[in-house]
Amino acid sequence: MQELINRIKELLADKTVERVLGWKAGDLSYNPEPAYFKTEDELENFVYDGFCGANLSKYMIEAAKLEGKTLVCLKPCDTYSFNQLIKEHRVDREKTYIIGVGCKGKLDIEKIKAQGIRGITSVSGAEIDGDAETLEFETVYGKKSCSYNDVMLERCYVCKGKEHVVYDEIIGESKDTSEGADRFSEVSRIENMSPEEKFAFFQKELSKCIRCNACRNVCPACSCRKCVFDSNKFDSAQKANTDSFEEKMFHIIRAFHVAGRCTDCGECSRVCPQGIPLHLFNRKFIKDINEFYGEYQAGEDTESRAPLTNFTFDDCEPGIVGERG
Amino acid sequence: MFKTAKENLPALFRLIAENQELYLPVNTAGQVNFAAWTEDAEVALDVLKTVKSPKDAFFPQSENLYKCTKDGKSISIEPEALKDQNFVVFGMKACDLRGVEVLDRVFLSDPVDTFYKARRDHGTIVAMACHEPSESCFCKAFGVDCAEPAGDVSVWLTEDSLYWNPVTEKGQALTDAVSSLLENTDDCAVEAEKASIRNIVDKLPYSGLSLEGWNGDVLMEKFDSPLWEELYKPCLACGTCTFVCPTCQCYDIKDYDTGHGVQRYRCWDSCMYSDFTMMAHGNNRTSQMQRFRQRFMHKLVYFPANNDGMYSCVGCGRCVDKCPSSLNIVKVIKSFQKQEGEKA
Repeated sequence: MQELINRIKELLADKTVERVLGWKAGDLSYNPEPAYFKTEDELENFVYDGFCGANLSKYMIEAAKLEGKTLVCLKPCDTYSFNQLIKEHRVDREKTYIIGVGCKGKLDIEKIKAQGIRGITSVSGAEIDGDAETLEFETVYGKKSCSYNDVMLERCYVCKGKEHVVYDEIIGESKDTSEGADRFSEVSRIENMSPEEKFAFFQKELSKCIRCNACRNVCPACSCRKCVFDSNKFDSAQKANTDSFEEKMFHIIRAFHVAGRCTDCGECSRVCPQGIPLHLFNRKFIKDINEFYGEYQAGEDTESRAPLTNFTFDDCEPGIVGERG
Repeated sequence: MFKTAKENLPALFRLIAENQELYLPVNTAGQVNFAAWTEDAEVALDVLKTVKSPKDAFFPQSENLYKCTKDGKSISIEPEALKDQNFVVFGMKACDLRGVEVLDRVFLSDPVDTFYKARRDHGTIVAMACHEPSESCFCKAFGVDCAEPAGDVSVWLTEDSLYWNPVTEKGQALTDAVSSLLENTDDCAVEAEKASIRNIVDKLPYSGLSLEGWNGDVLMEKFDSPLWEELYKPCLACGTCTFVCPTCQCYDIKDYDTGHGVQRYRCWDSCMYSDFTMMAHGNNRTSQMQRFRQRFMHKLVYFPANNDGMYSCVGCGRCVDKCPSSLNIVKVIKSFQKQEGEKA
């Protein structure tokens, strides 16, 4: 982390960048927050560790409107989101200096707590520089530990790899944490359910929705200046969970809207306070797109035309949906 | 003081639910929230904090107020019935109880909110002590004692027993109704549990949180602080903090077009949302900074200014646990104190 901080200081000092978008240490041992830094003094609070799961790409939509260049720290998977935003003309690459930061998998505090680790006062093993395979916790209920690999964010088990797809420079080593896992295995499992089982599964999950809109607001693909759901012309408020139909429609409409643009960054599931596996909707679309139009990864480049916006005579007929059942 | 063995809990819930609705922490698809008890419900009393606070029991996230139906040239208006059946909320924590006191200030003061009052009148609260408080708890800073939860009945859940102490008349009535499952006991085990809880609370990282500089008299000084511009920046403008909060009480009223009439409903609002308090002339908070500031000013300045110094934060720490950007009221309180300390 020190190498990263030193380099940031240089880039601030020589005026290459005006500000830095990174993470600031939290007041607990696991709650760093996205933050801007402008001076060397402020960088005292800079942190980059296993708890820096937040994808900073979307913040660049606003940051790129500011005067001068903004340095942003992006993990390998975050760079896909950034590329997609370039493609959609939502960020200005010229006003961005990207340091691709190394990543060995990010941690899910909910999974740590689910292991019965409560009252945490300090953590070791989450540092970015170490190779610790075990997280050690000091808690008010005594010392606890767990395996790093058991408590990562869902997206890390289906890691897109250690390559940054857009950057100005890279600092730190990355690791592919997927270990060859099939990211569509859960989607396939649901596809194989009977219609009744599928309905029951999604009803159970989506009825937990409290309409906080965190999934939408964090989503780099949800970058409309004003969301249709925020319109006051709607009969149904974007905040009411009055009707279960609305809840179900909201998530499905959103999944349709980001289809072909979603990079599968997993932020929707990371932020959901009710632990709804929202990424499964998006991943179903990605799987279908791959099967119908050939392998495609949104955000891998900034030039290619996406399958859903590019007509070719080889495109499958819509009837395929009926045939597949 | 009474007690019952832990294995009697299903029988206790069944007995309570024989005569009235029973709401308690239930695990649904991996998340624990207050929900109605059924034989199949996966009751999770050992979970410290439900995702949402139990305020839904008295102030549901969405509720209908009345229905207008048009039939030819006649219009009928049918008000939604008020709650008229008794119910029990089992397992509220001391912080959540304080949350209800905050809501009482808002909804039971003149003009009284009849929907809320009907639920308060018919609800009996069984409040449970926090067996294992967590690092995100800071109720102590707001003078809440999670070892002594009060309510209508106070209960303490230990490794093998549930201890039961009626506090109010409503609590005594519930105690009489379930007396077949309770046996008399002394206070020793509960006193030991209280001492153990208070000992843990003292070691929690937020327990030393000071509220210095926050009260009803600092309105303009805090409102005008340039610090808000920095603090709000990582905020995603989602409503998580407001919807998991036991005291956030703002609501919106809307009409739903049913095709042949109107269903008027109210639902929780969130000061984080762009249409918060939108009126015909537009919106008086036009930036996210202003909306972010509203939340903390309301809890720590406006509310105490209007309610004899009572803060409308109770230190439950749900926002600490759930904010997607790891922002929270503790960080806000500390940031101001740090800046004020540097000035001094």
